[in-house]
Amino acid sequence: MSTTAPKTRSPRRRLGDLVFSGTTSGAALIILLALAGVAIFLTAKGVPALKATGDDLSGAKNIVSYTAPLVFGTLWAALLALLIATPLSIGVALAVSHYAPRRIATVLGYLIDLLAAVPSVVYGLWGSLFLAPRLVPSYSWLGDHAHWLPLFSDNSSATGRTIFTAAIVLAIMVLPIITAISREIFAQTPRLNEEAALALGATRWEMVRLSVFPYARSGIVSAVMLGLGRAMGETMAVAMVLSASGVVTFDLNSSTNPSTIAANIALKFADATGLRVNALIFTGLVLFVITFVVNFIARAIVSRADRRLAA
Amino acid sequence: MAKSIDVSDLNIYYGDFLAVEGVNMTIPARSVTALIGPSGCGKSTFLRSLNRMHEVIPGARVEGKVVVDGQSMYDPAVDPVEVRRQIGMVFQRPNPFPTMSIRDNVLAGLRLNNKKLKKADADDVVERSLQGANLWNEVKDRLGKPGMGLSGGQQQRLCIARAIAVQPQVLLMDEPCSALDPISTSAVEDLIHELKTDYTIVIVTHNMQQAARVSEDTAFFNLAGAGKPGRLVEMNPTKKIFSVPDQEATEAYISGRFG
Repeated sequence: MSTTAPKTRSPRRRLGDLVFSGTTSGAALIILLALAGVAIFLTAKGVPALKATGDDLSGAKNIVSYTAPLVFGTLWAALLALLIATPLSIGVALAVSHYAPRRIATVLGYLIDLLAAVPSVVYGLWGSLFLAPRLVPSYSWLGDHAHWLPLFSDNSSATGRTIFTAAIVLAIMVLPIITAISREIFAQTPRLNEEAALALGATRWEMVRLSVFPYARSGIVSAVMLGLGRAMGETMAVAMVLSASGVVTFDLNSSTNPSTIAANIALKFADATGLRVNALIFTGLVLFVITFVVNFIARAIVSRADRRLAA
Repeated sequence: MAKSIDVSDLNIYYGDFLAVEGVNMTIPARSVTALIGPSGCGKSTFLRSLNRMHEVIPGARVEGKVVVDGQSMYDPAVDPVEVRRQIGMVFQRPNPFPTMSIRDNVLAGLRLNNKKLKKADADDVVERSLQGANLWNEVKDRLGKPGMGLSGGQQQRLCIARAIAVQPQVLLMDEPCSALDPISTSAVEDLIHELKTDYTIVIVTHNMQQAARVSEDTAFFNLAGAGKPGRLVEMNPTKKIFSVPDQEATEAYISGRFG
């Protein structure tokens, strides 16, 4: 019996394959086009603002001195929000994935996801009408007793609508994102790695440190970076909570606060005309670039961590 | 430091499901005891109940007594974490900590027990443990490299080194060679021969030649029937089990006429 070689023929393109590859590449292309469209729009409309001066820039000398405090406020508020949200989210995610009894963990998971579904206006209302007034006594105490620290001013806010209040609201808003991603990754820790730690006589916490965290490290970084993106871009809640005056200060309790790019656009856009619109769009372009850079950094960190794991 | 283990009337559950029933057994010190039996008969479950690893599965629990050197392992006052520090375990598939170097893997258990370790002492432990696991010569020049970079057989010996670094009283091995090629298997078996002078070893294996090669005593587990719990059929010196076993079921299993 002779063996017959499999017939060689040119790979026939099946209709299903063609349709499927067409739709998927089309979808991918649309994303690129949309992104390019946004970038082109922001650049085209933002560039004229380079010529703007004084009147069009709320008194700032030029576009750089107009944008810089906003960039500072955006980054500062987002950083504060992440400082609050990251440990909290990781704690909640660990509780759901490794500590709580399964039934409670499921309910807790749903509740956290529900936080993500609350519209940001609602957070804004809650922050400005409920949270801010209740923080006034703490702010004034800090103003009286801790103003020698660079983080506190003796001129404490009477309304409580400070950058720190905004950061707390932002923290609650990014909490579900960071928690959901971390939870997924914690739950995927290989059972074998966890048992390796337990069998050596690790307590639950030591097991988490030995097995879960090293495995989840890159995932936590990307979760936090996604949260950072959300915190920097969040508009309504900050616009409603923050009583901004466009200063550059690290004070957390002051009555004068830096504004953020997104909130500034939301508050001023309705009344803006001419070059003022271009100035606002220019700040939007800056936010777009910052978000991009943050995402690239996150990718770089994650892929470096993955490479080291694989090595 | 090696201890004998006395097991009496041990029932092992997963939730309401009784997986292993009524085990009575004495595992002698400084010798190798093999657990054999068909898949699903509860030998791994039994092994994991010896260092309280069984109960890390939600709903899993144990009734009965496991006594190591006069100390009851399941006494309410006994911390399972302490038990696991004294009874080491090696798993079916090698599981070094993926982000750690070879050296840190060996020291992982010690760092849990005793946070502050002088560098010279740590070096001694690393060398002694890796020597003990027959791995020293292969890795002594790359202790700082990741443990995951080793071959499967080397990784398994690294896991053994990690387990013996804390000088446990007992070493449990759950099919330690099932993911290894014959050469690595033979390396691990040689190692078991050397380790039994210092440790009490209990090994689960599907490979009856392996049981015959490495163990002094062999325990045969079997299911009482489909859907019924597993139980200990017979435990005897390995020579006797493989020549003239007491039970017909044992003989049927060993000679391949199983069923």
